[in-house]
Amino acid sequence: MRKSNTIILAYAFLAPALILMALFTFYPVIYGSWLGFTDYSQKNLSGEVPANFVGLDNFKTVFADELFRTGIWNSLKYLLVVPMLQFASLGVAVLVNRKLPAITFFRAAYYVPVITSISLASVMWDWVYSKDGVLNWGLKFIVGVLNAVASIFGGKLEFDAFGWLNNPDTAIWAIMLVTFWRGFGYYMVLYLGGLQAIPLELEEAARLDGATPSQTFWRVTVPLMRPTILLCSLLSTLAAIRVLEEIIVFTNGGPLNSTYTSLMYVYSKAFGSKFAFGTASAAGLLIAIVGFFLSYLNFKLTQEPPDRSRKA
Amino acid sequence: MTRPRVNTTRSISSVLTYAGLILIALFALFPFLWTLAISLTDKTVTSGVSIYDFPGSLFPKVVTLNNFFAVFRDFSLSKYLWNSVVISGLSVIGTLLVSALAAYPLSKLEFPGRNIIFTAILSTLVLPSETSFIVNVITLNRIGLLGTYWGVVIPIIATAFGIFLMRQAYMSVPDALLEAARMDGATELQILFRVMIPLSIPSLTALGIFTLVNTWNSYFWPSIALIFNPELQPLSVAMLQLKSQLNHDPFNIAAGAMIMMIPVMVIFAFAQRFFMRGLEGAVK
Repeated sequence: MRKSNTIILAYAFLAPALILMALFTFYPVIYGSWLGFTDYSQKNLSGEVPANFVGLDNFKTVFADELFRTGIWNSLKYLLVVPMLQFASLGVAVLVNRKLPAITFFRAAYYVPVITSISLASVMWDWVYSKDGVLNWGLKFIVGVLNAVASIFGGKLEFDAFGWLNNPDTAIWAIMLVTFWRGFGYYMVLYLGGLQAIPLELEEAARLDGATPSQTFWRVTVPLMRPTILLCSLLSTLAAIRVLEEIIVFTNGGPLNSTYTSLMYVYSKAFGSKFAFGTASAAGLLIAIVGFFLSYLNFKLTQEPPDRSRKA
Repeated sequence: MTRPRVNTTRSISSVLTYAGLILIALFALFPFLWTLAISLTDKTVTSGVSIYDFPGSLFPKVVTLNNFFAVFRDFSLSKYLWNSVVISGLSVIGTLLVSALAAYPLSKLEFPGRNIIFTAILSTLVLPSETSFIVNVITLNRIGLLGTYWGVVIPIIATAFGIFLMRQAYMSVPDALLEAARMDGATELQILFRVMIPLSIPSLTALGIFTLVNTWNSYFWPSIALIFNPELQPLSVAMLQLKSQLNHDPFNIAAGAMIMMIPVMVIFAFAQRFFMRGLEGAVK
């Protein structure tokens, strides 16, 4: 009697969480996969008409669509932010992992971009990147200094200001810098946690054995940080391949589709004009497969090589 | 002879360290400092004040709060601010309630299926959920919640992060305490609300603060869930509208941006340790 009461009670407590997760987390994955094989569109959303099964039609459409290939390409390009972000975050974590006056202020300052909404970031960085913005002002200043030096030798540098988000050659890099800006404090905290778990004696012992600081870092710290590095680069890879918010708030895919990423394809198919949920879901499935493959690759690349572990 | 040299090396290296720290801090904070300066600039004092007048625009000559009043007047900021408050408030309450309830049986009750359920909850962290927003729109539309506050809130309140965090907190409560309460005839519901929850206030606070900051800032999901009803958009979504609508007046945009940022900064200032402990990274 008591036992069955406990069971009922346990499930009663779990019910809200389980129902919500089933409906809004698990069901979308299953039903979303099914949608990819149907012609679901606006008429199905507004009316009570069921969508028709269309087999692989959506996948054919997606594969034949040059925009989808552009999207995949740009998402892969976006992955370049991952190594830069991870190296920098680890470096910053090492830098702030010291007992220095005001160090907590600096840690907090680096975290502020993390708690900044992407919509606010878009307001502020639009000004930074505009034709008259602070980035061009800084570059002009540097070019001016360089020209002062170059004029001694009779040379001259040219620099024409342009809007960094309006130029198809620079827009995606400009947005990547914002991802970097909003990310490095977050990964810094994760790396800081990893660094503080390393016993101080190990680094001390390496120093006593005559290792230089860079040797200590590469031979002691980095190998011990491998699990954290794996976790962080995995999180960062998945976030980069799924980049969407940044694109929507800055360029909506433009100029000339230069920032059109794979999820932008899904988003604009689904909510752009025609509510082509079927095509969008098919593309989403393909992107999920790419995501899985990349996670696997990331895991393989950052895994500890077996011979090395024996030596250590 | 060696000691002074060591001191010199040390002081040079600490000067370099601080130079590096300050440079990175400028990179992190510059956009805010600039936006703050713009929002406080009195644009009426001289004709043709430009936000792009460097470095002058960083140091406004005449400081005013007029831009803040103007953005309330010209752009219905209070409406969006209210939407943000409602959506964030409901999300915090919902997340705390759902997580505090679900974590109790997962940490302190024996029942069949416990491990499977816990594994299923954790598995949501690795599900390919990048296109879930499509199906969630269909579901919300079907149950009539699309374009309402609840439509934004209910799909996001049951999270593995919240349940995991509360489970960890409950697990540190000694079983003996629960047994004693049961001996005294307390029901499980009473144990949850009189023993477990009061002893888990720090974790609840941390979860509440994370949820608050995340929902206050979140852009994508509210913009989708309210796509047919922009009247209920939170400030984070309306900010882009503000950006395009007041394109000619960056001073008011900057003021709007600061109004959205200031609450987050205040929370961060007081609850910094929750963020810097890397709690968020524990499972996220």
